[in-house]
Amino acid sequence: MEKKVDYLKLEKSVNTRRRVTKALVYALLVFWGVLVLFPFYWMILTSLKSYSAYNGEFVPKLFTLSPTLQNYLDAFTAVPLARYFLNTLLFTVGTTALMLVVTVLAAFAFARLDFRGKNIAFTLFLSLMMIPSELVIITNYVTITNLDMRNTFQGLILPSVTSVFYIYLLKENFAQIPDQLYYAAKVDGTSDLKYLLKVLVPICKPTVVTITILKVIECWNSYVWPRLITDEQAYYLVSNGIQEIRESGFGRENIPAMMAAVVVISVPLIILFLVFRKKIMEGVARGGTKG
Amino acid sequence: MDKKSMKGWLYLLPAILFLGLFMVYPLIDVLIYSFEEGYNFASQTHFGIGWNNYSYVLRDPYFLQAVKNTFILVIFTVPVSTGIALLISVALSSIKRLRELFQTIYFLPYVTNTLAVGLVFMILFKKTPYTDGLANLIISWFGGSAIDFIGGPYWAKMFVLCFYTVWVVMPFKILVLTSALSSVNEEYYKAARVDGTSKLRVFTKITLPMISPMMFYLIITGFIGAFKAYSDAVALFGTDLNAAEMNTIVGYVYDMLYGNSGGYPSYASAAAIILFVIVLTITCINLLVSRKHVHY
Repeated sequence: MEKKVDYLKLEKSVNTRRRVTKALVYALLVFWGVLVLFPFYWMILTSLKSYSAYNGEFVPKLFTLSPTLQNYLDAFTAVPLARYFLNTLLFTVGTTALMLVVTVLAAFAFARLDFRGKNIAFTLFLSLMMIPSELVIITNYVTITNLDMRNTFQGLILPSVTSVFYIYLLKENFAQIPDQLYYAAKVDGTSDLKYLLKVLVPICKPTVVTITILKVIECWNSYVWPRLITDEQAYYLVSNGIQEIRESGFGRENIPAMMAAVVVISVPLIILFLVFRKKIMEGVARGGTKG
Repeated sequence: MDKKSMKGWLYLLPAILFLGLFMVYPLIDVLIYSFEEGYNFASQTHFGIGWNNYSYVLRDPYFLQAVKNTFILVIFTVPVSTGIALLISVALSSIKRLRELFQTIYFLPYVTNTLAVGLVFMILFKKTPYTDGLANLIISWFGGSAIDFIGGPYWAKMFVLCFYTVWVVMPFKILVLTSALSSVNEEYYKAARVDGTSKLRVFTKITLPMISPMMFYLIITGFIGAFKAYSDAVALFGTDLNAAEMNTIVGYVYDMLYGNSGGYPSYASAAAIILFVIVLTITCINLLVSRKHVHY
């Protein structure tokens, strides 16, 4: 009898301890979640406060009872925000499209074709992965300036096209596709290019989509190169636009309008992320880096 | 060359053109620039070859300030972010309910524009005549007095920069570590449970060794990333980082190249090469250490 009571007690204490651990774990996770989400909440909240309400709060309020959309109107009328958007869109589409063409062709050559010097070429390609962009950006700046391509889309796009890592990623995927498929296509008289576009790319669509999305994110957030190469507002991308707004845009004090611009700039990528959540996280885990 | 080889190179041609023009040539060129003394951007002439650019950069107080800032940033953010990421990933993999929701939330900073969210951080921490800002409100709850984190004392600015950097790099680390943790073979844990091993022992003797390759991968990429910090600082303190005493090495390179103090590609090249050498050295040290400690 006595022993049984002991077991019950033991079980009870183990259960309590388990529950406490679980509560602590959830508390930690919720805490970090709040820390991550709070800046987003704050930017949306501030963007909804009116100019006078915001500047009247010496102690910032954590909510607002009279939201206004005026700041969003200001963001689009006081600075050429729509222009920045269009520029970024053009830059992103142009860079990503060119990147896809270059990457698919190179990956195919490395994965499927036999040619003299292939191994040496591939090793050289791989070693280029270690070169930090900070090192080459100086000469690229001089090159683009000498080519008279400052403040042009060519100047923005061309040096941003290549990513050795994506070639590597796609080549690995192409190499996994059985040889038989290639020989069957050859027997049928299919050309290499047709095989690549009609067979290989559709089969490897997940990887192609992944590198496309990663490149889009990279383009949308790029700041350094556009800043070096554009000094006319007509060619600013959103990052440079944000910096410009910060330095002089609405007048230093109109923070609600600034935040409205920040919300507008952040929304496209967040939507893209929520739609392609699985793909993006998989792709990044496989080798995207940031920070 | 036979037809087959021609074809292979033809497919490679676009990649070779782009890489050659915008990566290989610049790489050689930047080395040459860094040794050309007195380079003039307008006439593209120089009057000597030597180490002058390096000695100028190494004696420039702005560069020394940038090196100091970068090292503080690296030494603080790499261990802190890796540690917190490990803690959160372990917590994440111990739960089932709401796990995907948390994972999604934690990944959000990765897909946001660094410059844009940096503005939000600036507002949260900045003290202006109109408001002390939210960070100072929280400090005052605990009885502290208000500090201007954006335009105030050095340590306060450094703190915000480190805080924001950690916030920005966390998504990647959490993602990599959670997938590493989920790939540890369940059999090991079962065997340990049969032996009645304590949780702490299971963690240090099974989990940590199993994910150690990924930990070192994160530490190495963390070091490299932190050494190249720049746009986070711009987002918080504006483009004139020298005035804010918050410049980083990469920031120094760009300032030398462009902007109000720009027009000196030789100095920029020398500074960039110094940065590259620092990063390379630290990566090599990391690799040597990891060879000793990484299992399999």
